[in-house]
Amino acid sequence: MSKQQWTTKLLIALILVPITLFVLLPLFWAVSISLKFEGDISKLPITYLPSPATIENYIVAWYNVGFSHYFVNSVVISVGAVIFVVIMSIMTGYSLSRYQFKGKGIFMIVLLATQFVPVAVLLIPLFNIFNNLNLIGSRTSIILANITFQLPFNAILMRGFISSIPLELEEAAMIDGCSKTESIVRILLPILKPGITTVAAFAFIGCWNEFLFSFMFLNDPKKFTLPIGLKYMQGQFDINYGALAAGALIAMSVPIVLFGYLQKHLVTGLTSGAVKG
Amino acid sequence: MRKGTIVSQKAAYPYLLITPAVLFILLFLAYPITRVFYLSFQHYNPSRPFMNGFAGWANYTTLFQQKEFYEAVWVSIKWVVTEVFLQLVLGLLVALALNCHFKGRSILRTIIFMPWALSGVLTATLWALLYNEHMGLINAVLRQFGLITKNIAWTGNLNKVFGAVVVAELWRGIPFFAISLLAALQNIPDELYESSDIDGCGRFKKFQYITLPLLKEQIVLSSLLRFVWEFNSVDLIFSLTGGGPAGKTTTLSILIANQAIHTNNFGYGSAISVISFLFLTFFAVFYVQLTRFGKGI
Repeated sequence: MSKQQWTTKLLIALILVPITLFVLLPLFWAVSISLKFEGDISKLPITYLPSPATIENYIVAWYNVGFSHYFVNSVVISVGAVIFVVIMSIMTGYSLSRYQFKGKGIFMIVLLATQFVPVAVLLIPLFNIFNNLNLIGSRTSIILANITFQLPFNAILMRGFISSIPLELEEAAMIDGCSKTESIVRILLPILKPGITTVAAFAFIGCWNEFLFSFMFLNDPKKFTLPIGLKYMQGQFDINYGALAAGALIAMSVPIVLFGYLQKHLVTGLTSGAVKG
Repeated sequence: MRKGTIVSQKAAYPYLLITPAVLFILLFLAYPITRVFYLSFQHYNPSRPFMNGFAGWANYTTLFQQKEFYEAVWVSIKWVVTEVFLQLVLGLLVALALNCHFKGRSILRTIIFMPWALSGVLTATLWALLYNEHMGLINAVLRQFGLITKNIAWTGNLNKVFGAVVVAELWRGIPFFAISLLAALQNIPDELYESSDIDGCGRFKKFQYITLPLLKEQIVLSSLLRFVWEFNSVDLIFSLTGGGPAGKTTTLSILIANQAIHTNNFGYGSAISVISFLFLTFFAVFYVQLTRFGKGI
């Protein structure tokens, strides 16, 4: 190998080794704590690895702390919102991709501008609105808030996917006697499947991670989502760190799996002109 | 007209399709935003209904007299600038390294990008376990190597807390830049580098004269989006420190969230929100100008 190639390898290693360790460090520590016995966690000197290991913390987190409820609530809220987000972003994306109409440019700017709206600013007025609708404390309020915040970004994303499918396919179906709606459902949707799953995964991660509205609008621990459960545990006087670590790992299992799927579409998503953190 | 679009004979159809989206945006975004402006001129505290009523500029004058407001503006600026700068530099380095061909590249890419998918609360939880004064890994390691003799309360110490929160946010912020810059790098044709090889350019010359100019647009765009995102971000700071100790990590967004959640001072909180909007409008106009978004669609 030439000297040039060696320096390249060295530079790559100098960048990627520390970064990889940096990313893995919190995960390693959470796994280690989650597998320790309660008495061993703060026993001095602190041990890096659990010995002996136990899965008790996972059982405590799931059954006693209430992560079984939190998990189900997160699933219900996320699935509920994602269904609406997918349907509405197909409709919106289709309109934006296939038609020229008055006000389209402004509508696109509005969709983009929504991404600049800070969630914290909306806490107070949305609290009022949901209070008037008698929805405070309900999972419905969180589903509605999630739909509102996930829709604009995903509609723009979906528009891109629909634009990549030739219009001629639908036109051919319509010549064969399909109505417009039939041609969308029978011809477009099956081809659009990868786009739909991508949008669904993006929206699901967004809903799964939503925190502020749930924190302000939900007050019954039986209705808490996973982020609220994690925050709630850390607010208690006597924190059970083992169960907290186990709870965090339970909460991250779903987005990590979805991330594995999404990875190849991340770039399309992040560069489609929307703010997505 | 662009290829593949229809000028509809049934002119109502495209409008019909966007109606649900428009309704959601009007009801749960546009209307609440107008309410924020209205409420900022009201005394409004649900726990003290007898005090409620028109306030004029009172909320704003109170705001401009509070030291906490100016401190929050300063923390916000510090927060946004530090985060965007460090995320950009580290994200760029990661993107450059991952753009080279080597064994194990795809697994490393998956690991490094993964924190992108995790929430602020989850990140805060993981880092709280590392920063913990008594059972945290960081104190344990520093003690073992004899670098400290007394444990440090990373999130409770006035001098350490800002840095501690910055590092935790970097953890899930670097992937955003790394992902978008890597995509831009892969769009640079190899021929450009090959021809510069012939001209005898070194590694840093190539970076300076080929890579950086071609990445410029993506760097500006990503940074601008990230400025807004970090300015608005609440979850991680709120979970890790709640804005404390002594307001050291209270950004404007945290100040607003605390007014809404803890003090229930909705009128005053709305006034801070309006100020926040002024900052954001500046960013938004800049962004739309830069991308010419909405034109040529």
